Amino acid sequence: MTDEPAVIDPRDRLAGAIPRLRAFAISLARDVTQADDLVQDTILKAWSNMDKFDPRTNLDAWLFTILRNTFYSALRKTRREVQDTDGVHAASLSEKPAHDSRLAFQDFQRAFDLLSPEHREVLILVGASGFSCEEASEMMGVAIGTVKSRASRARKRLAELLNLAEGEDLFSGTDGATQAVVLRSAIAV
Amino acid sequence: MGKEKDEDAPKRQAIRAQIDENLKRVYTSALNEELPDRFRELLMQLKAKEAEKGGGKP
Repeated sequence: MTDEPAVIDPRDRLAGAIPRLRAFAISLARDVTQADDLVQDTILKAWSNMDKFDPRTNLDAWLFTILRNTFYSALRKTRREVQDTDGVHAASLSEKPAHDSRLAFQDFQRAFDLLSPEHREVLILVGASGFSCEEASEMMGVAIGTVKSRASRARKRLAELLNLAEGEDLFSGTDGATQAVVLRSAIAV
Repeated sequence: MGKEKDEDAPKRQAIRAQIDENLKRVYTSALNEELPDRFRELLMQLKAKEAEKGGGKP
């Protein structure tokens, strides 16, 4: 038994990466049970393919890639399930209601749920989990330009779903109180 | 040039900021979900199996 290896075995870094991996899975699948199964599959695949991981690269990115590939190959087989589940997954997530003067988070989650998985994915990768467009393009297996245009379409779609038209028809769909809140908090930032 | 454009730009930016802020909250709230034990158990099982194979490292 030799203690203190000079380099940490990437397998020992898996545990630390699981919370982020699971957050990505939940964001992508919008269903905690499915997300956990995805994480489980990803851990198993990662474990047995660890020799293919280059320790100089980002472990999270590698794991996220395995997870999203697993997700999409399952999705291709059962595309129908996704269409039937709009909104239910939001309820399965424990959430804190927004008491502050921000865009009601619950409304936002609902809109987010209605996006296609591809749109959710790009927004989470580049908008929320802090990957660069370049990293996202590698993970998603598409060109950087595609990442950017997809992200922009996804934001636009989200704004439409939230009735936040990006343009002249600003806030037309929301009621007065929400408008005021959205505007105030947006401008205050 | 167009005054309207100048007026809209900050609004668009504000919307974008709102969206990004909420996206971060979606991710963070998922991150704050309590982690089930099954993953820790799974890793322990995998490690145990690896040790059984003997040698630990290839």
